[in-house]
Amino acid sequence: MNDNDIVLRVEDIHKSFGGTEVLRGVSFDVHCGETKVFIGPSGTGKSTLLRCINQLTPPDRGQVWLDGEEVTNSGARINYFRQKIGMVFQNFFLFDHLTALKNVELALLKVKGMGKAEAHEKALTELRQVGLEEWADHYPAELSGGQAQRVSIARALAMDPDVILFDEPTSALDPELTREVLEVMKKLARNGMTMLVVTHEMGFACSVANEVLFMENGVVAEQGSPDLLLHDPQFTRMKDFIGRIDSRMDD
Amino acid sequence: MDQTAFFFEILFPALMQGLIVTLQLIACSAPFGLALGVAIAVGRQYGHPVISWLCKTYVFFIKGTPLLLLLFILYFGLPSIGITFTAFVASVLGFILCNSAYNAEYIRGGLISIKEGQMVAAQALGMTRWQAIRSVVLPQALRRAIPGLSNEFIYLIKYSSLAYMLTVIELAGAGKQVATKYFLYTESFAAVAVVYLVLVSITTVAVNILEKRVVVPGTVRANPSAQL
Amino acid sequence: MDVLPILIDWLPYLLSGVSSTLGLVFAALGLGVLLGLPMALGQVYGARPIRWAVGIYVWFFRGLPILILLFLFWFGIFPAIGLGHLSAFVVGAVVLGLRGAAYQSQIFRGAIQSVSEGQMIAARSLGMSRFTAIRSVILPQAVRIALPGWSNEYPNILTDSAVCYAIGVVELLTITARIVTQTHITIPIYLAAAGIFIVLNYGGLKLLHRLEAKIEIPGFGSGAM
Ligand SMILES: Nc1ncnc2c1ncn2[C@@H]1O[C@H](COP(=O)(O)OP(=O)(O)OP(=O)(O)O)[C@@H](O)[C@H]1O
Ligand SMILES: [Mg+2]
Repeated sequence: MNDNDIVLRVEDIHKSFGGTEVLRGVSFDVHCGETKVFIGPSGTGKSTLLRCINQLTPPDRGQVWLDGEEVTNSGARINYFRQKIGMVFQNFFLFDHLTALKNVELALLKVKGMGKAEAHEKALTELRQVGLEEWADHYPAELSGGQAQRVSIARALAMDPDVILFDEPTSALDPELTREVLEVMKKLARNGMTMLVVTHEMGFACSVANEVLFMENGVVAEQGSPDLLLHDPQFTRMKDFIGRIDSRMDD
Repeated sequence: MDQTAFFFEILFPALMQGLIVTLQLIACSAPFGLALGVAIAVGRQYGHPVISWLCKTYVFFIKGTPLLLLLFILYFGLPSIGITFTAFVASVLGFILCNSAYNAEYIRGGLISIKEGQMVAAQALGMTRWQAIRSVVLPQALRRAIPGLSNEFIYLIKYSSLAYMLTVIELAGAGKQVATKYFLYTESFAAVAVVYLVLVSITTVAVNILEKRVVVPGTVRANPSAQL
Repeated sequence: MDVLPILIDWLPYLLSGVSSTLGLVFAALGLGVLLGLPMALGQVYGARPIRWAVGIYVWFFRGLPILILLFLFWFGIFPAIGLGHLSAFVVGAVVLGLRGAAYQSQIFRGAIQSVSEGQMIAARSLGMSRFTAIRSVILPQAVRIALPGWSNEYPNILTDSAVCYAIGVVELLTITARIVTQTHITIPIYLAAAGIFIVLNYGGLKLLHRLEAKIEIPGFGSGAM
């Protein structure tokens, strides 16, 4: 990989809430088509980091670059960058008053200014991508959690983003539903989508991630291929952490 | 005078004339009352602190003052500073002010009840704050406010009778005129009452149907339906 | 024209309307409880004809504008049944009270229905009669649950009391109108009256909320409605 295919560059991000410093200098580069997985204990700032990338939470210090353009301090242009940086949330945040199809269409119409017919086609295509074409006319409250999360992935995909941020996309789901969402995400990764994923699904991380970043206390504590972090004796902290969540699950 | 003749030749036509004026009052007030209510609620909830304070104060004063006093100010008070309205216009203005303040409270309740995630998700897609409010938050808030808004609409029907106090001859006024002229008070006002009861009852049924229509499938209705 | 001194001259007279307005409001609130509570009980526990009668009463009084109710009783019904000698103040208070009862009965009804089924079962299992259970178990809880909703009737009745102007009750708005006629000062007088109404409105509400807090039972009722 060379520097030319860097899609997203995150440099020295700091963020405090009140007196507590949640992010204390986080930097990394994301290459085109790469999947990076973030893992770490609760409260270490993983969600905050993702939100700093698309400026839903403006960082106190540091820069974010997308395709060589600065996202931080971009003023009103931030809405342009947000189209290029998709986001998928733990609790889906589907628009509750709109059908699955309309959820995907809305930003195409309002933000991209697409025509009705074109937006309709595009939305259907994206729903097909996540296997939910038949559910197009159902409302969020009529969907299972797994279906709702797939719709929200389709909603992000419809904007043709350069990168998608996933914030614990399966934490609110049963194992069965988790699997259907992870299948969709694996397919995206295989098709060359660039993705940043906060998750505790180690299976997913091992099979898909090009790199795992273990975060602790607001910094990236360990960083490397999943294989390296799990098997190289030089790295211990992520293994400890995984041991802890595994033993908690066994209880 | 013959009772039947009185009813069918004098009272009924007069009341129908009055009913038309009542309906005109309502038709001129309700849409603006709703629109202004939305504006006040959004201004209160999302506006600049100064705007938010203004909206809050507006609701505070309007809700604290009797509507009849508000109407007096508009019709008898404003001419002293050179602003003159016809009785009809003054009534409509008063109803809009009053209706919008109460509507704003219900809409604001709706806005507050919409989870933060809806706004976050909309902004993450590149919508401006304003776009997110207009096409994501407000449509949901309005649905939740419908029972309250329906109640306020029914109040508007009833309080439109106060226009008579500014000499607008609407339903109440028409009844009063006939009653005074023929000294048949109980009969005349009973007839007026029947017309109001019919009007209000029909409206109640209609708004309940509307409420069921706009329910988003799969969601349980949290609010009870409109009552008189 | 110097308005302020005139306004100050007339202020005592304006304030004299307050007692009359508050009289209307408290009479109406009192009558509302007196009639509204039994009506609510009738609607929840009564036989079918009683439920029916209460339903019609509520539909009638909530379906009509206060102005029409005042006209109907003042010009029509009361004189027709030989009560034509009643003063406008009494008629105003009674009509506000009858109407208040219709609204308040529905607040009480909601509260009674929100007391859980288990309370009645527990009371009956102790050997209480239905009547005793309602009186000493259900009602004390229901009244507390109803109180916030009931307090919110106060501003409604206060602002509606001004409509009694239409039948000639000498209350705050009537006195305001008289002062306007005599002084030809309009807006400042109206605004002063509006100010008084606003103070009565939010001041009274604050007192009622304080009362609520006083009879609150720890851990009970918060979030019940
Ligand atoms: N808007 C905010 N205001 C104040 N504090 C916040 C805010 N957002 C996050 N925090 C705090 O920042 C810290 C990091 O939160 P964050 O949600 O980023 O953690 P996380 O790593 O995503 O944890 P989790 O695994 O629980 O999702 C937490 O202590 C949280 O309470
Ligand atoms: Mg998180």
